[in-house]
Amino acid sequence: MTEPGEIPLEAPREAPREAPLEAPGTRLGRLRATAWRAWDSDILYSFLRSPVTILAAVVALTLVAASLAAPMIAPTNPFALETVDLMAAFTPPVWMEGGSWDYVLGTDDQGRDLLSAILYGMRISLFVGVASVLFAMVLGVGLGLLAGYAGGWIDGLLMRIADVQISFPAILIALLIDGVARGLLPREVHHEVAIWVIIFAIGAPGWVQYARTVRGSTMVEKNREYVMAAHIMGVHPVVIALRHVLPNAMGPVLVIATIHLAIAVITEATLSFLGVGLPPTEPSLGTLIRIGNDFLFSGEWWITLFPGVALVLLVLSVNLLGDWLRDALNPKLR
Amino acid sequence: MSEEPRPGVILADDGTEVLVRLRGLTKHFDVSPPLLARLLEGKRRRVLKAVDGLDLDIARGRTTALVGESGCGKSTVARMLVTLYEPTAGDLVFEGSDIGRLRDRRALAPIRRRMQMIFQDPFASLNPRWRVGRIIAEPIRAHGLMDDAGAIRRRVSELLEHVGLRAHDADRFPHEFSGGQRQRLSIARALASSPHFLVCDEPTSALDVSVQAQILNLLRDLQRELGLTYLVITHDLAVVRFMADTIGVMYLGRLCEVAPADALFARPRHPYTRLLIETVPDLRAPDRDRKPMAGEVPSPLDPPPGCAFHTRCPWAAARCARERPALLPHGGPGAVACHAVEEGRLPAPGG
Repeated sequence: MTEPGEIPLEAPREAPREAPLEAPGTRLGRLRATAWRAWDSDILYSFLRSPVTILAAVVALTLVAASLAAPMIAPTNPFALETVDLMAAFTPPVWMEGGSWDYVLGTDDQGRDLLSAILYGMRISLFVGVASVLFAMVLGVGLGLLAGYAGGWIDGLLMRIADVQISFPAILIALLIDGVARGLLPREVHHEVAIWVIIFAIGAPGWVQYARTVRGSTMVEKNREYVMAAHIMGVHPVVIALRHVLPNAMGPVLVIATIHLAIAVITEATLSFLGVGLPPTEPSLGTLIRIGNDFLFSGEWWITLFPGVALVLLVLSVNLLGDWLRDALNPKLR
Repeated sequence: MSEEPRPGVILADDGTEVLVRLRGLTKHFDVSPPLLARLLEGKRRRVLKAVDGLDLDIARGRTTALVGESGCGKSTVARMLVTLYEPTAGDLVFEGSDIGRLRDRRALAPIRRRMQMIFQDPFASLNPRWRVGRIIAEPIRAHGLMDDAGAIRRRVSELLEHVGLRAHDADRFPHEFSGGQRQRLSIARALASSPHFLVCDEPTSALDVSVQAQILNLLRDLQRELGLTYLVITHDLAVVRFMADTIGVMYLGRLCEVAPADALFARPRHPYTRLLIETVPDLRAPDRDRKPMAGEVPSPLDPPPGCAFHTRCPWAAARCARERPALLPHGGPGAVACHAVEEGRLPAPGG
């Protein structure tokens, strides 16, 4: 142990411990071995060494848990019109004059409880974010694997498309997709599918990053000798790509996905703020901020501030987690 | 083995059975600049002649070695043999069937089952995310040799113990093993489909010297036990001396000399072979006068005309720069491709 005042350059680590060996081969034994590896890993170690990351994780988990549990913990359901009291519109937060414990963070112009609206709004923001990240990830990883593994003209074609696409800002492409969808679909149909259109609009421009990363690591992995060994055994190239190359090329994808999640939430909020995102019947954080923005200069600042704070906390904590993950998985920075 | 030669069995002149016969085996790689650069900048097509007309017989149950400096094409030969590369020209006959131009996966499957490869880098040759048991069972599953999970597990345990590891190592990941142990894993995987022919591409060059001997001994014991045929690709003459029965010396994609191991070390005939053997340090004569090998290997993109070695050969004559020598016995064991040997103007080896 270090003396007081002595700066531990490297926190003391014991020599690699032997995992507790017991009944190897049994399911339980394997499970224990896996759990032990997770506990003993460098990632957990670097996590516990970074207070900022721990705080970010706590904030992010709290927000995610709160939004998932919104129907249970929210004081009211902001979508249920019968519970909304128009007379309570513009109630300020509880600590201000005229505030009420019924509406801790105040109400908006229609008398909806802001706390409940934020919880439900975050739910929608997170759902759109996660879904569009998944969409972009599946698309990008698939195309990247194809480009890197097949090479030749397929690679050339896909990467030129990626080059062209990345020269447009993602928000512009999202606006375009959303606009086209609005133009093509009848109004009622569009209302029904608006959330999926948004997920597609936000996710579609995101594939490039995944594809480029996966393509790069695929091109490294496919020339490794274990891939060659599988070729010599006559394993089908598609099987090799999926079982050998893909799992080893996925490392950086988790990092990109985390940072992309923050960007996707922001993009959704931007679209909703601009009024082209989700319909007002499904208010996300961006929608709440836009509604509140109208009243910002008439003194009802809480309607826009609290959803804004929630958005900042969510995006910041997810982003910090992504940054940490990037460094933790980068062997050169250890 | 039966006395009657089976159909398709090739016998060499001395009566030994030939497992693999290479005739005029050639591999050219197109390394031209992209089409646009060729059109706009007037650059020409470029072809890299990695292997250029190779004749070699690999005897069943013996070890044949290919030696040479890096870039001489020996690894390309190995990869053509295990069907990773398709030869540009020439014949590649394995156990009686010409597999050089066979591309159909289903037709290749029974042949691939009978040949395996051991790689140079034991850290890259095992999938880091797979457990050892799954890695070693991969050939069994790929060739559909067993279906029952219990049977596969028993076979994997057997293989692990065969190469000197423990049966329960099957549950561990490759990164939990040392370089030598990983090379044992690689050997266990290679043996899983009960092959006849193993191509060993620099099997020990990534290992510590103390571990090298263990791996080489293991390979030799396995050969004795299972009647395996080896092709060892290496630049390490010590490995060759220990393992090989027959040695082929390669230079710039061609063979300059093929001879039984004893004969080659006792009486190297080709000037390049002599230089290679010269460079091996000798503990008994540490101060002997050594001629350092002059010059670099010329680029295989633009090999010298005639004999490829004439630019570095101390006995080169005008004919060597003009005419490519053929690989001929010239009255000794094995064969040598050298005009000076043919004309008898080489001094006695070592002189």
